[in-house]
Amino acid sequence: MQRVLPSIPDPSEPGCILSEHTAKVLRAVEHAIHRHTGEAGPLLEILHAVQHELGCIPPEAVAPIAAALNLSRAEVHGVVSFYHHFREAAPGRYVVQLCRAEACQSMNARATEFRARQLLGVDYGGTTRDGRVTLESVYCLGNCACAPAMMVNGELHGRVTPERFVEIAAEWGVGS
Amino acid sequence: MSEPTIVYVPGDAGASSLGADRVASAIVTFARSHGRRIEMIRNGSRGLYWLEPLVEVVTPAGRVAYGPVQPGDVPELLAAGLLDGAAHPLRLGDIETHDWLKSQQRLTGARLGVVDPAGIDDYIAHGGYVGLSTALTLSPVEIVKMVTQSGLRGRGGAAFPTGIKWQTVHDQNAAQKYIACNADEGDSGTFSDRMLMEGDPFALIEGMTIAARAVGANRGYIYLRVEYPHAARALAKALGVARERGYLGENIRDSGFSFDISVRLGAGAYICGEETSMLESLEGRRGEVRVRPPLPAIKGLFGQPTVVNNVVTLATVPVVLARGAQFYQDFGVGRSRGTIPLQLAGNVKRGGLVERAFGLTVNQLVYDYGGGTATGRPVRAVQIGGPLGAYLPESEFDTPLEYEALSAKNALLGHGGVVVFDDSVDMARMARYALEFCAVESCGKCTPCRIGSTRGVELIDRILSDHGSRTTDLALLDELCDTMFNGSLCGLGGMTPFPVRSAMKHFRNDFERRGDIPG
Repeated sequence: MQRVLPSIPDPSEPGCILSEHTAKVLRAVEHAIHRHTGEAGPLLEILHAVQHELGCIPPEAVAPIAAALNLSRAEVHGVVSFYHHFREAAPGRYVVQLCRAEACQSMNARATEFRARQLLGVDYGGTTRDGRVTLESVYCLGNCACAPAMMVNGELHGRVTPERFVEIAAEWGVGS
Repeated sequence: MSEPTIVYVPGDAGASSLGADRVASAIVTFARSHGRRIEMIRNGSRGLYWLEPLVEVVTPAGRVAYGPVQPGDVPELLAAGLLDGAAHPLRLGDIETHDWLKSQQRLTGARLGVVDPAGIDDYIAHGGYVGLSTALTLSPVEIVKMVTQSGLRGRGGAAFPTGIKWQTVHDQNAAQKYIACNADEGDSGTFSDRMLMEGDPFALIEGMTIAARAVGANRGYIYLRVEYPHAARALAKALGVARERGYLGENIRDSGFSFDISVRLGAGAYICGEETSMLESLEGRRGEVRVRPPLPAIKGLFGQPTVVNNVVTLATVPVVLARGAQFYQDFGVGRSRGTIPLQLAGNVKRGGLVERAFGLTVNQLVYDYGGGTATGRPVRAVQIGGPLGAYLPESEFDTPLEYEALSAKNALLGHGGVVVFDDSVDMARMARYALEFCAVESCGKCTPCRIGSTRGVELIDRILSDHGSRTTDLALLDELCDTMFNGSLCGLGGMTPFPVRSAMKHFRNDFERRGDIPG
C-alpha cells in the first residue's frame, strides 16, 4: 500500500474530462482501498468491497487498484477473471443463482433450471432485457437436505420445484 | 409482570430457506398484538431438515417443539396455544426424545439448535470454553499431545491426523505463525460446517484459539465461502462478542496469550477448498494450487508455518480438551476415532445432520435415518464425499462409513456428505457432470486436470452417441482417468476419476445406450 491514488477530479467542474461514471468507479475504488489499507494480501477484500458498492468490478477499476497495490493490471484482471463471483458488468436487480450440484440434481433441479430459463428467456450468465433478473448457476449453496436450492440476492430458498420457482418469480414481477 | 416466554425459531440458512424468518416475525407480531411477552431466539438448526422450520417453546415442563411450521400455520398454532406448549397436530414434544436425534452421539454438534449462537453466556452454560480453560493450564506440547492421542483426523476430507499437523507447526521456529480455518465447504451434499458456523460459532472460535495456543500462533483467518452469507453474519457477531468478553484479542482471559481472528470471504471458486489454493486466495491471488512440498505446516500463509484445518475439525478440538483424549478416542472403529457429523442429503425423506461414532453403515444412514427417497422410488445409488467422491450401488450399502472401509472400496468419506439418488438417475450423465464440474472449476495449473476434464466430457458424449467405437472409448476414458488420478497436482483432477470410474464400474448399462447425448 505504498502508493497513494491521485486525487479524483470533480466531473462537474468545467473542463474536466472525467465522466460521471468513471468518477464514481474511482471513488468506490478509493473507498475500498482506504478501508483495507494495512491488511495483509488485501486484493480480494478490495474487490469484494468494490463489487458490493457498484454491483460489479468495471474495467476502469483495475488500473487504480493495481497502482495502489503495486501490482500489474494483468495480475488484478487475472484475479477478477479467476473467481466466478466477480463480474465485470452490473447484474439485474435480482441475481438468481440456481444450484446445479449433485444433491440438487437428485431432486430434479434440471426441471427447475429448464423452467427458469424458459420463463426468463435467458441462459446462465444472461440478464432479462428489462434489466430485472440475472440468472447464474452455482455449485452448492449448502442447502442439500432441502434441494433444489436457489439464492436470490443473498436470500436462500429450498425445495424450489418448477412450480415454486414460478411463484417466487412472480414476486420479482416476472411471469404471465 | 411475568417472565417472557422464550421461543426458538432457527436462523439457520436451511431453515430460513423454508420460511423460518417469516415464521419468526409472524410469531413476534402475534405475541405483540395479544400483549404476550416473548423472547425470540434465533438458534441454529438441530439438523432435522424435514421438520424445519422447527419452532420450540420453553414451558415449565421443558422445551416443546412444533414442526414443520409454515408461515401460514402461525395464527392457528398460536390460537391453539403454542406459547404454552398446547396440543396441535404439528406438536412434536421434546425433540431430544425423537429417535432420530436420541440415537445420535452429538459431540461436535452437541449445542446445535440448543443454544443462542450469538450468546456467549449460553455457550459457556452449555460447556463452552471448558476446553480453552484446560488448554491455558497446559503447555503447548501437552495440548498437541492430547489432540494426537484423541485420534482426531482432519474432517475436511484428507483425514490427516490433526495432532501431527499441529506438532509440525509447533516445531517450526518462526516469529509469525497462522491458524487458517478452511470454511470453503464446497462439496455438494455437505453442510455441517455451515450449520456449526451458524448454530455454534463460538465452538469454532474456541477451537482456533486452542490451536493457536498449541502451536504459538497469534493470528487466525477463517476463509469463508461467499455462498454462506448467513454464516458470515453469525461469525461476525460471535467474533465481536468474544472480543468484547476477552476471549479474543490481547491477553486472553489474563493468560498473557494473545490471538485474534478475521473472516475472509472467498469468491465462488471450488478449488479454494484445496488448502494451498485457499492460501493463495487468502493472500489475494488467483486460487491456483501450490506444489508441495513445502507443506503449509512449514511454509504456509505468507510463507509462514500455518495450521490449515476445516471447521468441523477445529470445532471438535474443544471437546477433546474439555473431556479428554481418551473420551474422544473411545468412539469410533479402527483408525477412524471419534464421531463424524454425516450429512444426509439429496433425494431422501428425512435428510439432515447425523453425528455418530464412525462405523454406521450406508444402509443404516439411508434407510434407518433417511427413510428412503423423498420421491418414494427405490434408491439406486449414493454419492459419498462430495463431487469427487465415488458412487456406490445398493449392493455396497453394508459398507461402514469410516475412512479405511471406504478406501478399500475405492471410495472416500471426504467431508461426510451422502447424497441419495433414486432409480431415475442416469449414471452416465452423472459421470459426465463430474468431468464437466472439474473443467469448470479447474484452476488450470496442471494439464491432466485442465485438459483431461474437457476431453473426458467429449469422450462420454461420444460413448453415448452413435459415433466411434464404444469399447475403445470406454477403455480410453479409463486410461484418461488413470492419467488424471496419477498426474494431477491436487485432489480436483486427481479425484474426479472416483465418481467417473465408480459409475462406469457399477452402472455400466447406463453407458451402453445409443443416440443419447446428455445436455
